[in-house]
Amino acid sequence: MPPAIVAEGLVKRYGDVIALDGMDLSVPEGTVLGLLGPNGAGKTTTVRILTTLLKPDAGHATVAGFDVVRDAQRLRSHIGASGQYAAVDDHLTGAENLEMVGRLHHLGTKRSKERARELLERFDLTRAGDRPVQGYSGGMRRRLDLAGALVANPPVLFLDEPTTGLDPRARAGLWDVISELVTGGTTVLLTTQYMEEADRLADRIAVVDHGHVIALGTADELKDQVGGDRITLTVTNPADLQTVRRVLAPLAVGEMQTDPAASQVAVPVANGAASLTTALGALAAERVTVRDAGLRRPTLDDVFLTLTGHEATKNAKEHSR
Amino acid sequence: MNALQTAIADGMTITKRNTLKIKRAPDQLGGVIILPIVFVLLFAYVFGSMIDIPGMSYQEYMIPGIFVQTVVMSAQITGYTLVLDLQKGIFDRFRTLPMAPSAVLTGQTISDVLMNVSSIIAMSVMGLIVGWRIHSAPHEAVLGFLLLLLFAYAFSWVTATVALALRTPEVFNNIATVVSMPLVFLSNAFVDSARLPGPLKVVAEWNPVSTIIQATRELFGNTDPAMPVPGAWPLRHAVTASLLWSALILAVFVPLATRLYKKAVGR
Repeated sequence: MPPAIVAEGLVKRYGDVIALDGMDLSVPEGTVLGLLGPNGAGKTTTVRILTTLLKPDAGHATVAGFDVVRDAQRLRSHIGASGQYAAVDDHLTGAENLEMVGRLHHLGTKRSKERARELLERFDLTRAGDRPVQGYSGGMRRRLDLAGALVANPPVLFLDEPTTGLDPRARAGLWDVISELVTGGTTVLLTTQYMEEADRLADRIAVVDHGHVIALGTADELKDQVGGDRITLTVTNPADLQTVRRVLAPLAVGEMQTDPAASQVAVPVANGAASLTTALGALAAERVTVRDAGLRRPTLDDVFLTLTGHEATKNAKEHSR
Repeated sequence: MNALQTAIADGMTITKRNTLKIKRAPDQLGGVIILPIVFVLLFAYVFGSMIDIPGMSYQEYMIPGIFVQTVVMSAQITGYTLVLDLQKGIFDRFRTLPMAPSAVLTGQTISDVLMNVSSIIAMSVMGLIVGWRIHSAPHEAVLGFLLLLLFAYAFSWVTATVALALRTPEVFNNIATVVSMPLVFLSNAFVDSARLPGPLKVVAEWNPVSTIIQATRELFGNTDPAMPVPGAWPLRHAVTASLLWSALILAVFVPLATRLYKKAVGR
């Protein structure tokens, strides 16, 4: 079976800024691909091209077998898109918003109304369905926006940062809804800045930076790529950080990361627990007071840092300011 | 459904959406109903007590002017709504749907015609109260109202074009006011353009707003043989000229607005 989403060498420029620089993607039917990267990495531009909102300057892409440029109009019947800015009408009720989408999908008035009710129920919006969206919370809006993307039962779904700006509870609620969809066999392309979100929802993760994919794999594969476990050590006296780096250098199998503000050092090591014992013994011999010591699996943050040399979320915050 | 049927059905869906929005946010409706009522009263009693129009009361003279002034002003809502929608991302949702792309603009402009209908009704009632009367045959009066709505529709495409070119609500509002005020006041809306000095007179007589006002006056029978005959061609053939103006505006601004819409959303 051909992949539901294929992108080959997509390029998009805005004046001198290169938003996409050879983006390649392939998403098998019924799977979830997470596009993980900071703001400005090209995630949204990719989604805008794949949902026919933008034309690429070079490269080509197909979604559900339709070319995103040549077959744009037919393609639109086969996709649903939900963006980071909930595209719902404030003055319309939840039901009216969904009915409108149904009619614009040419489902007919009766079917559009039925579908709106089904979706409101599914997204736990039945009681709010006849109220104008103006009074909805952020989480309710996102759910309604997601419901809008599902009106025509599309086989391929694009979710552009579906939980950005939501509080943890609303985020968890939306995650449940998305997980449910995926079990139903929908192909999903999800963009996110949150490692946790990609870890939780995506079958495979494509790490994106500067407009192209720099790493691709399951969350575990990516974590393995950056080496095994990490020792994190917090010292009482920040002046000891240099000593810690010197003493632990022989144990490190990759780049050590020092966070002077937290008096912390993270060291990738080969054989976890044994290395931790060795490290603590060596530091005791040097009379370094260790406040906290631990061993952990690499997180996607570590993956990102190792691959790009900058942190995803931190970078994102700077961009959005 | 073929392409035309789709375009019509989708246009109706968007019209319904915009009409619901107007119903739920009556602040705009208030603007296009209450403001004209205030204008009717102010002009009828302040200017009405000072300005003499040969052969008829000032009230009868100025009501067609207020009609046209109001449709010009409320056309700004078309533009303003478009810019707001543009900023909210709702057009992105529309553009991922298999709908006719033209429906966004036709739906917006048609719903504004519906809004104009309600504001013309309000003004007519107010006009009747202050002494305005229709003196023509019923079919002429109907034509008068239709001509007003046609011009209103055409003018909505002008503001849509300006809005899509500017793309910022505040900037649009300022520019729209700065342009529409002289357009309305440099006309025969409230004074006899024939009595304006030199260059102002030329501008006022060739102003399309004057043409529409003259045509509605004729169609409502709000003219009098005692009034001086206007010199400029569009004023002597006001109904024909109004149709020509409306057709010309549509021919220029429909394609222009459509192009700018595509450019504004495709970035």
